[in-house]
Amino acid sequence: MNVLDIIKPENQVFCKSKLMTDTTLSYCPGCGHGTAHNLTMEVIDELGICEDTIGVAPVGCSVLAYDFMNIDMTQAAHGRAPAVATAIARTWPEKYVFTYQGDGDLAAIGTAETIHACNRGENIVIIFINNGIYGMTGGQMAPTTLEGMRSSTSPYGREIKTMGSPLKITELISNLPGVYYVTRQAVHTHKHARKTKKAIKKAFENTRLKKGLSFIEIVSNCNSGWKMTPNESNIWMEEHMFPYFPLGDIKVNGILK
Amino acid sequence: MSELKLMKGNEALAEAAIRAGVDAYFGYPITPQSEVIEYLMTERPEQRTGMVVLQAESELAAINMVYGAASTGKKVMTSSSSPGISLKQEGISYIAGAELPAVIVNVVRGGPGLGTIQPSQADYFQSVKGGGHGDYKLYVLAPASVQEMADFVEDAFKIAFKYRTPVLILSDGLIGQMMEKVNLKEQQKRLTDEEVITLNGDWATTGKPTTRERNIVTSLDLQSEKMEARVHRLMKKYEQMEQEDLRYEEFQTEDAEYLFVAYGSSARIAQKAVKLARDKGIKAGLLRPITLFPYPKKILFDLANQVKGILSVELNAGQMVEDVRLSVKHKVPVEHFGRTGGIIHTPEEVLEALEQKIIK
Ligand SMILES: Cc1ncc(C[n+]2csc(CCOP(=O)(O)OP(=O)(O)O)c2C)c(N)n1
Ligand code: SF4
Repeated sequence: MNVLDIIKPENQVFCKSKLMTDTTLSYCPGCGHGTAHNLTMEVIDELGICEDTIGVAPVGCSVLAYDFMNIDMTQAAHGRAPAVATAIARTWPEKYVFTYQGDGDLAAIGTAETIHACNRGENIVIIFINNGIYGMTGGQMAPTTLEGMRSSTSPYGREIKTMGSPLKITELISNLPGVYYVTRQAVHTHKHARKTKKAIKKAFENTRLKKGLSFIEIVSNCNSGWKMTPNESNIWMEEHMFPYFPLGDIKVNGILK
Repeated sequence: MSELKLMKGNEALAEAAIRAGVDAYFGYPITPQSEVIEYLMTERPEQRTGMVVLQAESELAAINMVYGAASTGKKVMTSSSSPGISLKQEGISYIAGAELPAVIVNVVRGGPGLGTIQPSQADYFQSVKGGGHGDYKLYVLAPASVQEMADFVEDAFKIAFKYRTPVLILSDGLIGQMMEKVNLKEQQKRLTDEEVITLNGDWATTGKPTTRERNIVTSLDLQSEKMEARVHRLMKKYEQMEQEDLRYEEFQTEDAEYLFVAYGSSARIAQKAVKLARDKGIKAGLLRPITLFPYPKKILFDLANQVKGILSVELNAGQMVEDVRLSVKHKVPVEHFGRTGGIIHTPEEVLEALEQKIIK
């Protein structure tokens, strides 16, 4: 393949989605949030459901998701996005409703809202960015921070005895009957990004078919919080995050893998 | 068709919500207001009108569900009692900050802490002075009868949508639990989704068509100037409420020499005390604030020119009395009389307090 072939539109792997605004992303260069946003918007665009989609933004680095996504969005309080989305989906049953949440948001302060929205099998999509740390507030420990991993509130490394084990909330909720689709993906390479996009598309299709809750965990980097270069953080993620949070489908069409 | 029924305050409120065409109710049980969700679940409003009723996992979830549905322009409400309302404060602050219409009902019980399940008015400060974080106010309606429990639902939604603001119906365990006859209004139609979009499409997050910019509901303004502008906008609404939507009632104040000020269930008891006083030749009257915010400051100030003293009658250790004093501006003596612990004062006690504390 020569260069001219590569840049042909049909060979183009990624471009900025039409549903992304021109606002400069507030994310650190190299952070996975931007790609995850773009993939979500691509899916909504390709499915032609913009007019029927309502997004719920969290508290965390993606609190400003509504500045970047050119769709209607409600910004929720820290951790409460699944409750907010529940009400929207219940009162607008024909709409596509999704939340976009970090690990602090979804697996710490919002644990109850997450588990119960999942348990009720709300007809929504949850996109969960797991970067093992609180990015926005400056790198504190998250429920998903790995054993031995340093953060500003685990400066000597996370110790299981005093701080508990990294929480596999995704596995936890996958056991709930109301949860129809659970997958864990990544966005640091185009191969992974393509898989993630497929997963997101499947999730929104599940909403259309009123199948209940679809949950997509995206294991991502936080190069700033981890105090690494973007490249180093991606390598570290593959070496340390993926063994504890293995990628792949966990539950498909309501059946555990 | 309107209908005359004998009902508990909590049930009347629930039935009024269905009839007012409310789109959704999200709640969590707590005494003395659990009848609201129990009644709604029993009535199957999803079949009667399409109204969604959901028992949330907590008050935190319930109020955030209210926030969610309200952000899309729907008519949505919740109810709880004191400890539950404390949990709801986070969401209430967000609803106020994001400028959303919603109705919240507090059937107050005694506190602090787990307190008692008996009636109280000890959440006055929490209701009118803030409760959640930040610079905001709630429009607060205080019903004094089962009839008003029903009527105030529709009134509350009118205000909520007029100002895009959370409205609090501040009741208590006495009014929530007692049975009275109530005239229920006829069933209103719920708005269709298309009507919701037409009416609220300029701000609600209902899905972005190509014909308009995206709608964003948020309470976040990282730029200080923008945040200050938001606060100023809120304060303007509160001023407008005072001009246009202040509500109060006067009983025998024309020739009154002594004045009771009381709201909700206390007002009913104070009204009886006015009668007892008049029987004894004491010219007493009553001012009953119906809205606790905005507060009838001016009318109180004017009445203070005419009376010799004022007694604030409350089911608490002395909360509204501060607003009475602020309104009266030291023109006449203002004292407080209250019972706590869920004990309800008798009209005789109230009159006695007037004689001892004000007339002397
Ligand atoms: C009630 C409340 N508590 C704490 C905070 C502060 N806070 C903001 S973002 C955040 C952590 C977010 O972390 P995560 O969800 O992992 O998202 P990330 O920033 O890593 O993308 C915290 C604790 C808040 N805004 N609200
Ligand atoms: S702090 Fe971390 S999660 Fe937040 S934008 Fe930067 S890299 Fe991304």
